[in-house]
Amino acid sequence: MPNKIIETTLFEKSIEGLSGASLPPQDVPSAETFGIPDKLLRKGKIGLPELAEVQVMRHYSRLAALNHHVEKGFYPLGSCTMKYNPKVNEDAAAMPGFALTHPLVPPELAEGALELMAQLGEMLCEITGHDAITLQPAAGAHGELTGLLTIRAYHEKNGYARKNVIIPDSAHGTNPASIVFAGYEPIEIKSLENGLIDIEALKAALSEDTAALMITNPNTLGLFERQIKEVIELAHAVGAQVYMDGANLNALMGIVRPGDLGFDVAHINLHKTFSTPHGGGGPGSGPLSVAEHLAPFLPTPIVLRNENGDAYFDFDRPDSIGKMQGFYGNFLVMVKAWIYLRMLGAEGVREVSEWAILNANYLLSKLVDHYNLEYKLTPMHEFVIDSTNLKDFGIKNIDVAKSLLDRGFHAPTMSFPLIVHDALMTEPTETESKASLDAFAEAMIDIAREARENPEALHRAPVKTPIGRLDEAKAAKLRILRWPIPNEI
Amino acid sequence: MVPKDLLFTNEHEWVRLEGDIATIGITKYAAGELGDVVFVELSGVGEAVAQGEGMGTIEAVKAVSDMFAPISGEVVEVNEALEGSPELINKDPYGDGWMAKIKISDKGELGNLLSPEKYKELIGE
Repeated sequence: MPNKIIETTLFEKSIEGLSGASLPPQDVPSAETFGIPDKLLRKGKIGLPELAEVQVMRHYSRLAALNHHVEKGFYPLGSCTMKYNPKVNEDAAAMPGFALTHPLVPPELAEGALELMAQLGEMLCEITGHDAITLQPAAGAHGELTGLLTIRAYHEKNGYARKNVIIPDSAHGTNPASIVFAGYEPIEIKSLENGLIDIEALKAALSEDTAALMITNPNTLGLFERQIKEVIELAHAVGAQVYMDGANLNALMGIVRPGDLGFDVAHINLHKTFSTPHGGGGPGSGPLSVAEHLAPFLPTPIVLRNENGDAYFDFDRPDSIGKMQGFYGNFLVMVKAWIYLRMLGAEGVREVSEWAILNANYLLSKLVDHYNLEYKLTPMHEFVIDSTNLKDFGIKNIDVAKSLLDRGFHAPTMSFPLIVHDALMTEPTETESKASLDAFAEAMIDIAREARENPEALHRAPVKTPIGRLDEAKAAKLRILRWPIPNEI
Repeated sequence: MVPKDLLFTNEHEWVRLEGDIATIGITKYAAGELGDVVFVELSGVGEAVAQGEGMGTIEAVKAVSDMFAPISGEVVEVNEALEGSPELINKDPYGDGWMAKIKISDKGELGNLLSPEKYKELIGE
C-alpha cells in the first residue's frame, strides 16, 4: 500500500495575507536608510508561510500525535538513553532570570547564571572524579572533539603531538570521526570473543605515537570493561591519554568514578544521563571533564571561583585550545541538568544508575530465550540481542523493529554496535515501570512467535502507523531537504 | 550462491579474470549485509590502486563501508551505471552491479585471493 501524505507542510497550508500577529506601523528607519547596497536588499517575497497561530499550533499538535515519542510510549533506543525528561526541568529553564539573560550581559549582572554553571560543573566533576570542566560543547561528538583537541594541545606542549588514537571495534561511530577531525589516525582493535577489550591487541597497537585511547565504559554492548585499570595503566605507560566516551555514564553514577579509574578525560551527555530533551526535542550539551594536568588546555572561558567563593569567567588561559562555541554552551540545558541533579541528590543519582541496570537485566532475562544473545556477560544499563535466530524465517532486525511500531513501541537501536549482526541494542532506562517492561517483553516475544508462524506479516509491518514501511534507499538517494523558496535574492 | 568462476577477498570483494584485466565488485553476501546501496564513490580511470588498500566508499542504508582493491593495478574502467542506479549492486552483484575494471600489475597477487570454496567457508555457506 503506497504511503500518502497525511499532514501537509506549513508552506502548503499558507494563505496569502494571513498573519498570526498584527504589528504596529514601522517606526524605525528602513533598511535603505542604513546605506545597505541595493544589490544586497531582498527584492522578492521572503517565502515564509503565512498563517494564523491556531493553524500552526494544530499542525504541530497533529505531528506530535502522529509521531512516537517518550511522552507517548516506551522508547528503548540503546545508547541514546531516551529517559523521561521531568517537567520541572522545563519550569526551571523557563524562569525569566535564566531564559531572558542575554549572552552578552556583563558577567557581574548574571551572577545567578554563573553560580549555576559553577555548581553544575562541581556536581559533574564529583560524578566523574575529575578536577576541571568545560560546559561549552554542544553535544556528545562536540565534546569528543573538544577532548581530543585538549589532548593534542597537551601533547604539543610536551613537544610531540603524536599520531594516532586507539578505539575498540565496538566504538560509537562518532569516535573515529572525531579522531580524524582532531588530526589523528584512528586505529581499531578487535574485541575479545566476550566483547571486552583484548589486552594483547591493545599492547600491540600502543606506541609512543599513540596520543590517546578512547573507550566507552560500559561499552556499547553494555558490558563493563573488567580490566579497565590494566588497560589504562598500559596506555599511560607509553604516555597516551585515556578518554572516556561518557555516552553510558548513566550506568556508573555514584557507583564508580571515571577519574578514579584513571581516565584523564570524559565527556558527559547532559541530554542523555541528565534528562534533558534530545532527538529533535532540544539542543544537546556535552560538557568535558578532565584531570588536573589537562585543565590548562580546556576551551576558554571556564567558570572558576575567586577567593570569596564567587563564580567568574576565567579568560586568562594562555594554553587554552580557544573557544569551541559562540558563547558559554547551551545554557538552558545546563539549567535543566542542574535542577535534575538537585532534585535527585547524591543518593538519588546513584539510584538512577542502579535502577537503569536492574531494568535492563530484568528485560534481558525475559527476552534471552526468544532472541540470540551473542555476548553473554552480564550487562549494565543496556544489552544487545539480535534477530539472527529468526534468520531462517527470512526475518531481519528491521522486521522486528517495524513490528514493534505496530505494537506501540519504538524499536531498539538497530544494527549497532557493528560487531553484532542484526543487532537490537536495547536500553530501557530507569524511568520505566515493571509494567511497561513486561508489556515490551510480551510484544517482543509475540514478534518472535509470529516470525516463525507468519513471517510475511512481519515483512509488511508496520501497518498500524500513520505511514507504512518507508523506502529507505529512495530517501537516501532522492534528497529533498527543503521547500523551494520562490523569488530568492 | 557463490559463483565458481570468481576469486574473492576476506573483505567480500570478487574478481573476474579476463587476460590481465580484473573486473571487480562486492559479493552478494556483502550486498545483503550492507542493505540497499545508495551511493558509490570509486577511484577514477587512470588511477593506481593497491591490493588491500581503500579505493572508494560504498554508502548503504545501514552503514558506509570502504571498498578495498582486491588486486593492484590501474583502473581502466568504472561502472558508470552505478552513479544513477547504485541498487544494481544489490540486484545483480556479480553482473550489472560490477564496480570497476583493473589492469593487473602483478599477477602474483592472485595467490592472495580466496577460491570460491574458501569464500563459502568464510561466510558459512
